[in-house]
Parts: sequence; structure tokens; C-alpha cells
Amino acid sequence: MINKQVSGVQEAIAGVANDMTCMFGGFGLSGIPENAIAALVKLGVKGLTCISNNAGVDDFGLGLLLHQHQIKKMVSSYVGENDEFERQMLSGELDVELIPQGTLAERCRAAQAGFPAVYTPAGFGTEVAEGKETREFDGKMYVLEHAFKADFAFVKAWKGDAAGNLIFKGTARNFNPNMCGAAKITVAEVEELVPVGELDPNQIHIPGIFVQRIFQGEKYEKRIEQRTVRKRD
Amino acid sequence: MALDKNGIAKRIAKEVQDGYYVNLGIGIPTLVANYVRDDIEVEFQSENGVLGMGPFPFEGEEDADIINAGKQTITTLPGASFFDSAMSFSMIRGQHVHLTILGAMEVAENGDIANWKIPGRMVKGMGGAMDLVASAENIIVAMMHTNKAGESKLLKRCTLPLTGVGCVKKIVTNLAVLEVTNSGFKLLERAPGVSVEDIQKATEGTLIVEGDIPVMVIKN
Repeated sequence: MINKQVSGVQEAIAGVANDMTCMFGGFGLSGIPENAIAALVKLGVKGLTCISNNAGVDDFGLGLLLHQHQIKKMVSSYVGENDEFERQMLSGELDVELIPQGTLAERCRAAQAGFPAVYTPAGFGTEVAEGKETREFDGKMYVLEHAFKADFAFVKAWKGDAAGNLIFKGTARNFNPNMCGAAKITVAEVEELVPVGELDPNQIHIPGIFVQRIFQGEKYEKRIEQRTVRKRD
Repeated sequence: MALDKNGIAKRIAKEVQDGYYVNLGIGIPTLVANYVRDDIEVEFQSENGVLGMGPFPFEGEEDADIINAGKQTITTLPGASFFDSAMSFSMIRGQHVHLTILGAMEVAENGDIANWKIPGRMVKGMGGAMDLVASAENIIVAMMHTNKAGESKLLKRCTLPLTGVGCVKKIVTNLAVLEVTNSGFKLLERAPGVSVEDIQKATEGTLIVEGDIPVMVIKN
């Protein structure tokens, strides 16, 4: 067993420096690497380019990094659930690149899988395709989208072990598995770090080979963005 | 009388067939799930990573780890599955999802759709909409026939930045059901109490009217 376990979040984020490109798993506030984000806020690292489907809310998720002006650029598919984001974007402090959600996932997966680029039909004929190579296959047009190049990927899983194996829960899975191994260093935080051998190899979603550092998060708030319920009859 | 949003959803629900995997957008499309016949088997996909979506949870049973693409807490039905974002869009891009129902700001008579950006206003992003419209074989747009200013949303050409080109097949509005054809919007059905003239007036794009246009049949 190759041991990926680090002592905690401080050791896990070691090496993150100004102007780096970092991926963050999560969809909305579900499955975000809460502990890594909190540690990066404390570290005060600046000029980050963040690849993440969303940008958090004002006081949680990547909104915390935005609030401290630590993010230079966001690469996302859907943003603007927070006022500070909007203010920074409109004032020009923050650069924003909006890309289709499936393209975002596939550019992560391409980086993970060793493809330099992929053709997708998404965005053809729209401003998303401007300046990009296009090509026709079987009568349909596609846009060439390049694999991401990132320094760190911060992901969050439900369970993991010191070998770096990961299991996700529910829709908190989202972009997390696609970002594992898609950056130079993948940092996984888990709700529960279990002894090696306890996870059934049949049930593992991401094999440890894609993870360089793993630790158990101290606590998880797991905030709900839109609480929708129905009444009992 | 023109339909309300639930009426539009009820009419679209008739398009959902047994054995369909369906992706529903935010807004009117979400309502469609409430009106699908209960004697057919349909699975709803949400692009953040779930197939077999159920209703909202009972109070106190919300789970931050189980949400839909609108970030709302949901439940799952027996047979449901969770998956990552790349696999989710493999289902969409690979045309394994049979039907996509989504809203729009504008649709053009050539099937172009605009639903993600208004220049000069805060842009929130396209989310999965561009992937969905570029890939789905069967796309139904659910929207009001005119905007809040009373202007037609069915146009010769879209004026807003596009989400996808030549992709919309069918449109259900508060006034009519229309099919996108090579020569324009073909009027298929009209809402109860709405005349062909009313629809003509509210449609900027080419409207094709052939023979008598039946009234939509909508049951509760």
C-alpha cells in the first residue's frame, strides 16, 4: 500500500502558491472541499484561477475566497448566487470564463485521462465557440475543447482510506471524481477516513492512484442551498 | 383562454412516453413531472448526477448530499442511481436521454434557441443548457408566447446570444403547440379559447397554418 495520508489540512495544502490554478469539486454547495477552502482562506494565497462549476455563496464555499479577493479568475458553468461575486465581476476585479457544464466536466476528464482535447457539440454556433477550432463529423459540427491544466485539484469524498481510494455519496459526487488526477496534485478530503482494507474494492469509485494526499476533514457543515420539502399527508 | 404555467406543463406531459428518460429544466419544465401519467414508467435525470429523481423530501428528511440541478433537496425512487458529472453528460451528449424539456427567452423559426444571457445584465451562466440543446434528439421548449413587454418570443431570428443552433423541434406556449419546420413554425394546436389570429399576432416568425387547427386537449 502506498500511503497518501497526510497529517491534516495544513500538510494537504502545502505548496499552494499565488497565481496557481486550482480545481474545486462540488455542485452548488454539495460535495465541496470545505476544509481545504477554509485553509486556503487562512493561508491568504492570492491571484488564484479557480475551476469549479459554481462559485459558492457570499459566506460559504468559494465565496469565502472571493470575499478575501484571493481569486483572479473563475472558470465555471453557473455563477452569481452571491453579491460579492457580482460586484467583483462588474467592477472588473474578477475575470470570469463561463463554459458549458458538460464541457467543464469533460475538460477535467480529458486532463485525468491523458487526452489533450476533445470535440463536443456543446456551444457550436454560440459565443462559447468563438476562436476555437470546429470540425464536422457525420454532418454535425463540433468544437475542440482543451484539457485543463491545473496545479491542484481539491476534492471531497464521503469515505476514503490511506491508499487514497475514494467513495462518494449521493449527488455530492458531481465533479469530484472527474477532477481526481486532473491536476498535478490531487488533494482529497473525506468525511470518514477508514483503515486500509475496510473499503470493498468493488465499491471504490476512484482508485488511490489518482490521489496524492488524503485527510479526514475536521468538520463538515454541508449547508443546503435550496431547502425544498413537502408536507406529510 | 391562454394556458397558465401548469397548463403548459400538463400539455407537455402528454409528450412523455413509456420508457423515456427525461431531463427537465428549471421553471415550467420542472412542473411537467407532476402531470405525467401514472400508468407509464419514466425516469427523470438531473444533470448534477442523478437518475430516478423523486419528489421533495418530507420536512426533516432533507439531505445536503441529495439535490437536483436547481440545488433543491430531493429524494430518489427505487431503481435510482448517482453518477459523476462526466457520466451525466455522457448520458446527455450520447443521446441516451430521450427527451429534454427546457425554457427559453427566444426561439427562432430555424430552431435556434437563446436562454442564457441578456447583454448588459448580470450573466449567471449556461449551466448544462448548451450541452443539452446541442445533443438531445428531442427538445421541447416550454415558455410563454410573449415576454413581459408583450413582445413575441417566437422570432425569425434570435436577437439574444444563442444557446444552440437549429436544435428546437417543438414548442409549447400558453397559446399554442408549434413544430419547427424548414419553412417556419407550423401551428399544431391552439389553447382553448385562443384563435389562430391571436397566435398569428403574437408570433413574429413565420407561422404556417394548414387547415383547421385543433384545440389542445388537456386533462388534469
